[in-house]
Amino acid sequence: KSGAAQYSSGVRKVTLIPGHGIGPEITVAVQKIFEAAKVPIEWDEVDVTAVRGPDGKFGIPQKAIDSVNANKIGLKGPLMTPVGKGYRSLNLALRKEFDLYANVRPCKSLDGIKTLYDNVDVVTIRENTEGEYSGIEHEIVDGVVQSIKLITEEASKRVAEFAFQFARDNKRKKVTAVHKANIMRMSDGLFLRCCRDLATKYPDIKFEERYLDTVCLNMVQDPSKFDVLVMPNLYGDIMSDMCSGLVGGLGLTPSGNIGKNGALFESVHGTAPAIAGQDKANPTALLLSAVMMLRHLQMYQHADNIEKACFTVLKEGRVLTEDLGGKSTSPDIAGKDMANPTALL
Amino acid sequence: KLIPKAQYGGRHAVTMLPGGGIGPECMGYVRDIFKYIGAPVDFEVVDIDPNVDNDDDVQYAITTIKRNGVGLKGNIETKSEAAYVTSRNVALRNELDMYAYVLNCKSSGNIETKSEAAYVTSRNVALRNELDMYAYVLNCKSFPGVSTRHKDIDITIIRQNTEGEYAMLEHESVRGVIESMKVVTASNSERVARFAFEFAKKNGKKKVTTVHKANIMKLSDGLFLETSRRLAKEYPEIEHNDMIIDNCCMQLVAKPHQFDVMLMTNLYGSIVSNVVCGLLGGAGLLSGRNYGDHYAVFEPGTRNTGTAIAGKNVANPIAMINASIDMLEHLGHHYHAELLRRAVHRTVNEDRVLTPDCGGTASSTDVVNSIIGNIGHVGH
Ligand SMILES: Nc1ncnc2c1ncn2[C@@H]1O[C@H](COP(=O)(O)OP(=O)(O)OP(=O)(O)O)[C@@H](O)[C@H]1O
Ligand SMILES: Nc1ncnc2c1ncn2[C@@H]1O[C@H](COP(=O)(O)OP(=O)(O)OP(=O)(O)O)[C@@H](O)[C@H]1O
Ligand SMILES: [Mg+2]
Ligand SMILES: [Mg+2]
Repeated sequence: KSGAAQYSSGVRKVTLIPGHGIGPEITVAVQKIFEAAKVPIEWDEVDVTAVRGPDGKFGIPQKAIDSVNANKIGLKGPLMTPVGKGYRSLNLALRKEFDLYANVRPCKSLDGIKTLYDNVDVVTIRENTEGEYSGIEHEIVDGVVQSIKLITEEASKRVAEFAFQFARDNKRKKVTAVHKANIMRMSDGLFLRCCRDLATKYPDIKFEERYLDTVCLNMVQDPSKFDVLVMPNLYGDIMSDMCSGLVGGLGLTPSGNIGKNGALFESVHGTAPAIAGQDKANPTALLLSAVMMLRHLQMYQHADNIEKACFTVLKEGRVLTEDLGGKSTSPDIAGKDMANPTALL
Repeated sequence: KLIPKAQYGGRHAVTMLPGGGIGPECMGYVRDIFKYIGAPVDFEVVDIDPNVDNDDDVQYAITTIKRNGVGLKGNIETKSEAAYVTSRNVALRNELDMYAYVLNCKSSGNIETKSEAAYVTSRNVALRNELDMYAYVLNCKSFPGVSTRHKDIDITIIRQNTEGEYAMLEHESVRGVIESMKVVTASNSERVARFAFEFAKKNGKKKVTTVHKANIMKLSDGLFLETSRRLAKEYPEIEHNDMIIDNCCMQLVAKPHQFDVMLMTNLYGSIVSNVVCGLLGGAGLLSGRNYGDHYAVFEPGTRNTGTAIAGKNVANPIAMINASIDMLEHLGHHYHAELLRRAVHRTVNEDRVLTPDCGGTASSTDVVNSIIGNIGHVGH
């Protein structure tokens, strides 16, 4: 894994991007828990607010880029993107800058979190660099707009390979390619062909291909039909949010952006401006993202400890944030019960 | 306003496209039931063979729908490998704007206007485009007799049906790099938004939610969103809000009751329709309606083919029967529509004669027979 091995002992420096909205408060909670658990990590905190670059376009500040380039690994809160106008998504800019081509989003039912579904255990793997997020758009003539979805063989192959390798490494049984090649015959068709090609190299992993809409239909009826799902950018965005709805919402689901030159871990959710600054945000999603990060750094023991403490808190249900029907705050969760995670084991 | 004149002594002619998979068997049930209730409808059946590589069948189907004004349709298979070839004209003729667009690209050298044979499309899309059926309506109301996780959902999905991600303008710019266009026009965005607000107004709905991804696709989805916001101002009595598609799907599975009328572009429509159908009990229940200014086509809501369950007497016939009720209603045959609606209600919600996809043990024909039996009960 990139950048992991050479630092597996000793203190590891990690870029920390608190982000916007609820980002800073949940970041503080995670830092507190890491400190209590004595994780040998030194945070290199950088601010990512859009700055105007030499080309006149808004983008990520150089300092943040340098930090990720140096550390090769980071934990990040959500970044605000304006709707309809203004600069492009900074989340996207970061993924592009470091070529974080695979976005891994595990979604698993948690003990103690009551939802209408209790058997969810899926991982969506989303192509993270192209597709509908190409950013190429024009107004052709007055009142006619086109957006271009870009699918390349190279990006499709590497994300497909990532998915199969992930399945093998994590002892998963099946990979489902999610597509709409009956409509987007060339673009999704290419993506699908790349998945089929890679499937032949992983005969130990079951492979199936399904239409996006049919996966939506089946997922809400019986999520246990699915295991690892791999798909182009936008479909992954939509499916992963939907799956997180099945297990109790965006407050709970982590993700990792993995590339050849580094890895950035972040919660699936956005900046949640409506509850920002009110101590209502659930830090679990970012915490579990941080746990994924520890595993990526091969700090398995620390990862297990914190994850276990987190699950215990959720299961006991004494301190829960509002999104889970409780009244607690991020500091409550980080403070009272997880300040000393090992005490809970 | 677009109800065709009844011909031949009060009877209507309707184009029937059975399609593939379970389509033909479901159409058979509809015909049995129509015969039993004496519905004044004569079907003109057009089979479309997905294996031939010309579009003669599709053109013939379009001609008959244009003549009859109304169609009842199963899903036509789109072969993933064997390319179905059509002329660019077929796909583009209906859209003057898109025609302008192609010209433009040609001159900018952006798009290769290759040989016509390279252009491949879905017959379902070709039908909708040629008939200019720009709005798709899916009424999603919970069935009390079908056990589901969420109860009492009542959502109407209104979907742009002829452009967006289904523009099917794709090309390989260099080897291994495919560009796929999503086309959003102001005129079509406005037509479907107007349709949604008019629908809300006529049906006493309180709220319209526009679903989009305008934070990423700032121009295309931005145009769609802005257009719906502009039209919302003309309907001050109806609340309007908007939601990003990923969040929307999460909200749908967690808190579906917040939605009333939902308005969206083509692909999001396919996603949201299937999510909501899943929540209400699957692919076999709900029916959808395709509308343009001149024609209307009725079909099962999720547009599945059901290849795997075809010919086994297990497919749920309710979706197609509901589509036929929508069609009767559209033609103004309210008596027959109501008769059939009450019989279906009794079979599904009271007698609970259900196929396996809804947790029952009945066969397709058990369900049909139950409905026919119930027509006698509710008829008088
Ligand atoms: N080759 C096929 N074999 C089996 N089923 C198919 C095939 N092609 C298409 N289908 C089914 O038909 C559905 C519709 O196919 P089509 O190509 O017409 O797209 P569509 O109806 O426009 O899609 P949408 O559901 O997004 O509106 C697909 O989602 C799939 O369920
Ligand atoms: N009328 C119906 N009754 C019962 N189940 C149905 C019905 N229509 C669709 N389904 C089920 O819904 C699911 C999705 O439909 P379908 O199989 O058509 O999807 P698809 O992706 O189009 O693939 P294919 O058409 O090749 O089977 C399947 O499990 C199918 O059996
Ligand atoms: Mg998202
Ligand atoms: Mg479909």
